[in-house]
Amino acid sequence: MSGQTLYDKLWHSHLVEERDDDCGLIYIDRQLIHEVTSPQAFEGLRIAGRQPWRVDANFAVPDHNVPTELHERSGGVAGIIDPISRLQVQTLDDNCRDFDILEFQVNDVRQGIVHVVGPEQGVTLPGMTIVCGDSHTSTHGALGALAQGIGTSEVEHVMATQCLLQQRMKNMLVRVDGALQAGVTAKDVVLAIIGEIGTAGGTHHAIEFGGEVVRALSMEGRMTICNMAIEAGARVGLIGVDEITIEYVKGRPYAPTDEQWDRAVAAWRELHSDDDAHFDRVVELRGEDIVPQVTWGTSPEMVLPVSGIIPDPATMEHAGERDATKRALQYMGLEPGMAITDIQLDTVFIGSCTNSRIEDLRAAAAVVEGKQVASTVKRALVVPGSGQIKQQAEAEGLDKIFIAAGMEWREPGCSMCLAMNSDKLGAGEHCASTSNRNFEGRQGFGGRTHLVSPAMAAAAAVAGHFVDVRNW
Amino acid sequence: MKSFTVLQGIVAPMDRANVDTDLIIPKQFLKSIKRSGFGPYLFDEVRYLDQGEPGQDCTNRPINVDFALNQARYKSAAVLLARENFGCGSSREHAPWALEDFGFHCIIAPSFADIFFNNCFKNGILPIELDANVVDGLFEEMYANEGYSMTVDLATQTIKTSLGETIRFEVDEFRKHCLFNGLDDIALTLDSADAIRAYERGWREKSPWLFDVIK
Repeated sequence: MSGQTLYDKLWHSHLVEERDDDCGLIYIDRQLIHEVTSPQAFEGLRIAGRQPWRVDANFAVPDHNVPTELHERSGGVAGIIDPISRLQVQTLDDNCRDFDILEFQVNDVRQGIVHVVGPEQGVTLPGMTIVCGDSHTSTHGALGALAQGIGTSEVEHVMATQCLLQQRMKNMLVRVDGALQAGVTAKDVVLAIIGEIGTAGGTHHAIEFGGEVVRALSMEGRMTICNMAIEAGARVGLIGVDEITIEYVKGRPYAPTDEQWDRAVAAWRELHSDDDAHFDRVVELRGEDIVPQVTWGTSPEMVLPVSGIIPDPATMEHAGERDATKRALQYMGLEPGMAITDIQLDTVFIGSCTNSRIEDLRAAAAVVEGKQVASTVKRALVVPGSGQIKQQAEAEGLDKIFIAAGMEWREPGCSMCLAMNSDKLGAGEHCASTSNRNFEGRQGFGGRTHLVSPAMAAAAAVAGHFVDVRNW
Repeated sequence: MKSFTVLQGIVAPMDRANVDTDLIIPKQFLKSIKRSGFGPYLFDEVRYLDQGEPGQDCTNRPINVDFALNQARYKSAAVLLARENFGCGSSREHAPWALEDFGFHCIIAPSFADIFFNNCFKNGILPIELDANVVDGLFEEMYANEGYSMTVDLATQTIKTSLGETIRFEVDEFRKHCLFNGLDDIALTLDSADAIRAYERGWREKSPWLFDVIK
């Protein structure tokens, strides 16, 4: 019998009841809650007269709707101008109060994007099962946790039962060996992976990321990679626990201490795939081959090296691909044969659960330090992932670097990643964005998103168009 | 949960691959704290020519006449015929809520994104995966025949088209059972409450740092 994958270990350690056909009831250690996908779940509990199974397994923070401008932010919930957004955030506050769930409210310094706050606070720990009504919950897999996005009906189900009934996933290993070139980051790695396997390449799979490149990444970089597993179709991204993971978790506010810490670490050290584990699919990339990536279309798989040329649908044999490319180019306002570096930018967005952590902000600041945002770029936003990251960045003087370069330094939240607050792209605007989705309208009606790393976004802000940050 | 037994209805196309849930229901409508009322905003960005806002009355908005669901022949559709990887992206259950509110109770595609597929069953929508070439054939028949409809029978797992063709489909037995009977899956899981408690006791002993910390 071959060894177990990390996914298999996490599955078996949380299996409450095995059903037929590889289906099982698994126990959920942590449910993360935000304002957008929870109100109907709480309402469902009330209608059915049910209580949460285990209150202390839940943790809430508003992030999607929150304003990021200080003048709107300083009034707390009551200060949110859009009445529909205000009601949604207020509803989260009310529900958490009524059900006695811990919430970091809008003006708590610990508030931020749920997928940034969880690991930062030690609310996320290795070996856990974690759910959240948000597909980017895959982020937490970077700590060796089985974490996945679920719909609102399942949010309610987990609240009421502490369990999730689901089909066991298949195992995929994406191994990136070698080393990255200077200027190439975790974001480029994951975009290159998505370019390789496609936006449905990981459907029905948990993707474990491994290899020398992944092992050498910081936790921030690992979270960036697992965050975008869902953009390859996988609900779950995973990275085995090592010293970097343990070092990251140590001392976090909700992490264990003393004797419990020692016990926990001993258990966490087992959280990696066995050497002889079987994977249903293995994909291999070489770190040296990966160059800075830029998406040109309306799906994350429509991605090219920064040195690339916009593809020509006329040369494509498959009708579906041809139509999709044509539609994407029309939406994006781009012509076949154009160089990626000729795409002119109107907006730059540095933030989101993919790339708003301290390391991301440092990388962007290093690029813009002493330089100015191009006069053709109308807006360059830097939105830290949490209040604590904002404080740390300010302690390091990063805010001053951004502001001196002509960028806006904002309050934490999801912001322009999905534009549920007032941070929106205008129709036809091209944006260099460190977020995760370049879908039509994602960052604003008619907006045109290009996904890149923080360093690439920062360089594009200064140049006014994409440039290869390796030559910066 | 809403049940699904037999559905007879017009078939409408969403003829592109990788339809994401942002396209199915754009984010501004996610600000609602309700489960209903999303139908008028289904596919909002391709269905209308202007930008929709939550709560807006859509009757006088400028429509995109090229979009299938705006054409008279598809107006009363109940089955949506789609392409690969339908429902990718965000986990928003507002996507199936919008489809169901519009009147779609069955979606046929060569493949679905996992979270969306799962969310459908919770809302009385049957997602059916068929081979890509079978789906190609259905698209051709639908385009060629105005009023093209089908009868989808969950019990027998068959689709009967208005041209007389019968196609069998697969569905997970447990999901079929829940959907057919409209079962409350929380109540079903709570039937296992003793097993959950027993597991929890053991897990707490093994991993006490996961308990009583977040409060």
